Amino acid sequence: MPFTNERRTPEQLADIATEIRRDIIRSLVEAKSGHSGGPLGSADIFAVLYMGGVMNHDPANPHMPGRDRFILSAGHMCPVLYATLANAGFFPKSELLTLRKFGSRLQGHPGRDMMLPGIESSTGSLGQGLSIAVGMALSDKLLDRNGARVYSLTGDGELEEGSIWEAVMAAAHYKLDNFCMIVDNNDCQIDGRVTDVMNIYPLKEKFESFNFHVIMVNGHNHAELLAAFDEFKTVTGKPTCIIAKTFMGHGVSFMEDRYEWHGKPPSPDQAEEALKELAE
Amino acid sequence: MAYEQYGAKATRFGFGEGLVELGEHDERIVVLGGDITGSVMTNLFKDRFPDRFFSMGIAEQNATTIAAGLALSGKIPFFASYGAFCALRNADQLRISVCYNEANVKIGGGHSGISVGPDGATHQVLEDMAFLRALPHMTLVVPCDYLEAKKATIAIGQMEGPAYIRFGREPVPSFTREDTPFRLGKAETFREGNDVAIIATGCMVWEALVAAEELAKEGIQARVVNVHTIKPIDTEAIAAAARECGAIVTAEEHQIMGGMGSAVAQVVVKNAPVPMEFVGVTDTFGGSGNPNELMKAFGLTSRDIYNSVKKVLARRSGEWNQVQAMTEVGFEGQHPVGYPKPGTVFPIEELIENDRKAAENAVA
Repeated sequence: MPFTNERRTPEQLADIATEIRRDIIRSLVEAKSGHSGGPLGSADIFAVLYMGGVMNHDPANPHMPGRDRFILSAGHMCPVLYATLANAGFFPKSELLTLRKFGSRLQGHPGRDMMLPGIESSTGSLGQGLSIAVGMALSDKLLDRNGARVYSLTGDGELEEGSIWEAVMAAAHYKLDNFCMIVDNNDCQIDGRVTDVMNIYPLKEKFESFNFHVIMVNGHNHAELLAAFDEFKTVTGKPTCIIAKTFMGHGVSFMEDRYEWHGKPPSPDQAEEALKELAE
Repeated sequence: MAYEQYGAKATRFGFGEGLVELGEHDERIVVLGGDITGSVMTNLFKDRFPDRFFSMGIAEQNATTIAAGLALSGKIPFFASYGAFCALRNADQLRISVCYNEANVKIGGGHSGISVGPDGATHQVLEDMAFLRALPHMTLVVPCDYLEAKKATIAIGQMEGPAYIRFGREPVPSFTREDTPFRLGKAETFREGNDVAIIATGCMVWEALVAAEELAKEGIQARVVNVHTIKPIDTEAIAAAARECGAIVTAEEHQIMGGMGSAVAQVVVKNAPVPMEFVGVTDTFGGSGNPNELMKAFGLTSRDIYNSVKKVLARRSGEWNQVQAMTEVGFEGQHPVGYPKPGTVFPIEELIENDRKAAENAVA
């Protein structure tokens, strides 16, 4: 049975996040390629967003007018989005095992052309999803005036893309207080630590100087995440950036905080071990 | 119907006025500005519908992608800038966020081609069509005059899916009329003839008509076909021109690599192979100058079309020596013979004198 979307306790959300993590492992080991680290590390954020009563969405009516929308700007992290959508009831969980396979609706990076319920846009070329989300927020707030909110998650390495800052500038310029970006701040990218590949810090001050409301949270603490999204909904006149400190691969000890796990799947043995850890 | 010039106006005005007309009839039309709204005439829409105009600053990648977000929210966004920046700088955004999403985004590419003049090579976009043609789901339109630009703008605003309209800054002859047929994807024959076909697009359509008149004086009846929609291209009209005329010259204000001529050649070799010649920019960057002298220097005039017709007819009759063709001036990779060699230092007096003469000619 899918999890309903309602205000939940942090303990309930922790259980849901663990189920999402298990599904990430199951789909990746079947796919034999794909990204493990980021999806595992951000599962708590997704559980809170989709099943903690934060977003206004209806899995039975994915095109519901006036719905809140989520855009995964870090498109390569889609295993966590797929696992979340399936657990929320957008499509059957069995379909998760088709990840990255020929003709699957679960493309290696989200493809809107495959019409998977809950996928609002194709993403995968870093930086672009954030701009799309800003465009949607602009439409909701200034044209349709429907009260809907738009959420978008970026990686921290993704902030190295110049167009991110074009989008950030535009969101603040139009005072899109219905727009919430979440930075998955795990300090890992393919080549190593974000601070070594291209330093993006200081982050809080950067976003504040771009006229964002900034909230720093522990991205694995469900109570903090719930409070952050509550706070976002009270902010007026400026967009919000939630900087969520996470650990890549969180929940699986041998992947935790190791950037080597950015872009590879577990082997069958590793998957078995991971699922054992996640069952406890 | 014979086409005659009745005025001159830049195609960008057709774009700007078409946008306003679209806006009057459809609330979903919104426009994004890229700081040069007065150049690409989106200021007309901004003044008329300030609530549906959004300034995006000098940030074309973001503007293109925000347009995709608006389209995915049921709006019909137009973003216009110079073609150099809204076809190429934002290439990845067009590919992923617009075309892969099949987002209903419309792009207006202004200041296209070499005719933009003094701004020089950076702003003379000559490669846009090659890229845009290759994008799945993209519709690409290049109107030949002001009125056609207006019709084309309205047409892409009323169709579903990504579309790009290419227009220019400088006044070009006006010769189409309200009743001149215009349908997206349908090439129009502007002059009948069966001796050779000149297939042209954009401002080169008028040059083709002028060349055809010259050829007619020698008894050569050229068919002139206006291919305003480069994608999807009108396969039927092109194949018919090849079969019925037996030789083709294409003309475009774009690199001959990957542009309209290449699109036509694909149709021709597959359906009815005939000798072809290509009038366009030959694998070189542009340069500063006034539009007329540049069009002449880079081989984009009615005279160049005329010469290419003569050549293609000679090739068809077997009189043309292929070796001779290969060593012709202006072959790919060479700087055009009509433009000063890089590094040339002019006596300042000569430059001033050239300018004065050009101004005189313009008045005349």
